[in-house]
Amino acid sequence: METQLFTGAEMVIKALSALKVKYIFGYPGGSVLDIYDAIFQQDEIEHILVRHEQAATHMADGYTRSTGEVGVVLATSGPGATNCITGIATAYMDSIPMVVLAGQVATSLIGDDAFQETDIIGCSRPIVKHSFNCRSVEDIPNIIAKAFYIANTGRPGPVVVELPKDILIPENKAAFNINTNIKMRSYNPTSKGHPKQIKKAVKAISSAKKLVIYSGGGIVLANASQLLTKLTETLKAPITNTLMGLGGISGIHDNFVGMLGMHGSLEANKAMANADVILALGVRFDDRVTNNVNKFCPNANIIHVDIDPTSISKTINAHIPIVGLIDIVMQQLLDELAASNFKPDQQALDLWWQEIEQWRSVNSVSYVQEGSKIKPQRVIESMYKITNGEAYVCSDVGQHQMFAAQYYPFAKPRQWINSGGLGTMGFGLPAAMGVKLAFPDSHVICITGDGSIQMNIQELSTCLQYKLPVVIVTLNNRSLGMVRQWQDMVYGGRHSSSYMESIPNFVKLAEAYGHVGIQIDSLDELDEKLAQAFSIKNKLVFVDVAVDEKEHVYPMQIKTGAIDDMWIKKGVKA
Amino acid sequence: MRRILAILLENEAGSLSRIVGLFSQRAFNIESLTVAPTEDSSLSRITIATRGDDNVLEQIVKQVNKLIDVIKISDITDRKHIERELLLIKVLAMSDKTRTEVKRIADIFRGSIIDIGKQIYTIELTGDIDKLNAFIEILANETEIIESVRSGCVGIARGEKALRV
Repeated sequence: METQLFTGAEMVIKALSALKVKYIFGYPGGSVLDIYDAIFQQDEIEHILVRHEQAATHMADGYTRSTGEVGVVLATSGPGATNCITGIATAYMDSIPMVVLAGQVATSLIGDDAFQETDIIGCSRPIVKHSFNCRSVEDIPNIIAKAFYIANTGRPGPVVVELPKDILIPENKAAFNINTNIKMRSYNPTSKGHPKQIKKAVKAISSAKKLVIYSGGGIVLANASQLLTKLTETLKAPITNTLMGLGGISGIHDNFVGMLGMHGSLEANKAMANADVILALGVRFDDRVTNNVNKFCPNANIIHVDIDPTSISKTINAHIPIVGLIDIVMQQLLDELAASNFKPDQQALDLWWQEIEQWRSVNSVSYVQEGSKIKPQRVIESMYKITNGEAYVCSDVGQHQMFAAQYYPFAKPRQWINSGGLGTMGFGLPAAMGVKLAFPDSHVICITGDGSIQMNIQELSTCLQYKLPVVIVTLNNRSLGMVRQWQDMVYGGRHSSSYMESIPNFVKLAEAYGHVGIQIDSLDELDEKLAQAFSIKNKLVFVDVAVDEKEHVYPMQIKTGAIDDMWIKKGVKA
Repeated sequence: MRRILAILLENEAGSLSRIVGLFSQRAFNIESLTVAPTEDSSLSRITIATRGDDNVLEQIVKQVNKLIDVIKISDITDRKHIERELLLIKVLAMSDKTRTEVKRIADIFRGSIIDIGKQIYTIELTGDIDKLNAFIEILANETEIIESVRSGCVGIARGEKALRV
């Protein structure tokens, strides 16, 4: 029998199919029309047409963050591909696996400044884990398989695959061969932690008087939250999460002392500052955590576990570095603890927890609902109650993001979806759409602000097309709240370009897109109207809440200070 | 501190740009960089001379290693090694006296005159960075340097130690 031949475009779809891809998020254009034609002629993979390619990347990203499956983006050459850049960078900074298929002009035109030509490999180089130039039809399946493998192993990240038009067209055919069992001589991510380092770590943990666990996004990515909970309960230690690590342990677990860092709780930052041993799991000592690195936790012996060696001793020196997959290393630690008959030093623990309870009693993450204006924190608390703490909360970037992180304790990993590393405004809505696509029966919230929501608001149209009834809750303070807060605190109250003078009528806007709009202006209608919003199951609801524009996010680290140098509220230092 | 890094990587389109991009992206210093395929044409070997303290060097090595194309990286300045650089230099040689003197200096440094024109000599010299610097300095005292090109250094570990797949 003659071997069946396929076009490059067909191979793209066949390869994605072989890799069990369910959705492609994208936008058509000249160079990828053959792929769109191939999509049209099959029904294994559904294509989701966004309204802007940036949203395709965030939607794929949200889909991935909630499911763990690699998101796939398809964009045309030139502007289609460059529109993906922000979304690729967002995924890169938060180590989210993603495969971006970018069209390119025909090979013969590359370098000629042809219509819609951009060197997307060059443009994206600093923000991808890897990228591939595809130059022949027969290479397509294995390059795509490799792209998935690289994106989703080791420290995950986005991979860009460039597909020139001439290898996709019907005139060019080849046999389809795909090898999904990938081995590369140049890429072999470590999995197990070095046994000697594990022993050293357990020794340090065993002799600790003030141990704190500091865990991050690595736990969420590795689906290691059960192990983390077990380890925490074995050690009986306080645990803090980074912004990216929220939900790694339940936000209402007794040992959880809250988020740490710039807007973390006082008890979390104090516990870090006073610890004698820090067990850092899947974190990267980000500057939004450490504050002044020269003053960072001077007495702590730091055990740092991470899959990426470059994260270790990059900003903060690790005394006991362990490179490996976080779940495997945590199991190794548990085994070694058991083998060494570990028993926590109860007396030391009691003293340590007494100290922590004192910091806790300051109640640093709190606010006062006074006056008639709705406090933004109050909105988050209300949402938490209405959704039983079970919603997927997708956030944009700014004050609302911090309020959500502080006031919605996440019981599970992958429930909290936000752009932590890059801080991408406009991320929230498309990310929420990706989550809703994966979990149509769950509450999916896009918590946003009047600034952020306008950065990808065109996606309201996509929501209508694909029936994605997310609940958008805009904490509307008629200004760019976080910018304004910094201007109040650092720039003498000069609100330079942080005030929005012509906010649209969001209710009417939502209605214009075929959705439901709800306006909330006063406190007495807040709970009822929010509950109403969440009771509407089959329509997108856009809730526009007018909140107090003067409210600042507290607590807040004091610039150039130590991790625990904080403003508790306006003018009050810890 | 000056360091010489030897990198073995896949000889593929774009792999050099990833290395160069990494150095500029993370504000690492490149003093010189050379690249060529090895005896196995699927591999390239890059030698980078760089400067930085121990922390910076540790990050450079880790970050380069993290690139998917990179198979191995070794800081050859860690142990005994040989380092060489090629210099081609064109100097003015107008008078008999200058020609004699340039020839004498080239001989002393074991360089060779590889091309002559009506008024110029072109000299080839191989050596480590200090030797090349000294040679250029002495030549400059004697005559005018018209043009020079240096290959950037390459290096290899002494003895049994080898950088290979």
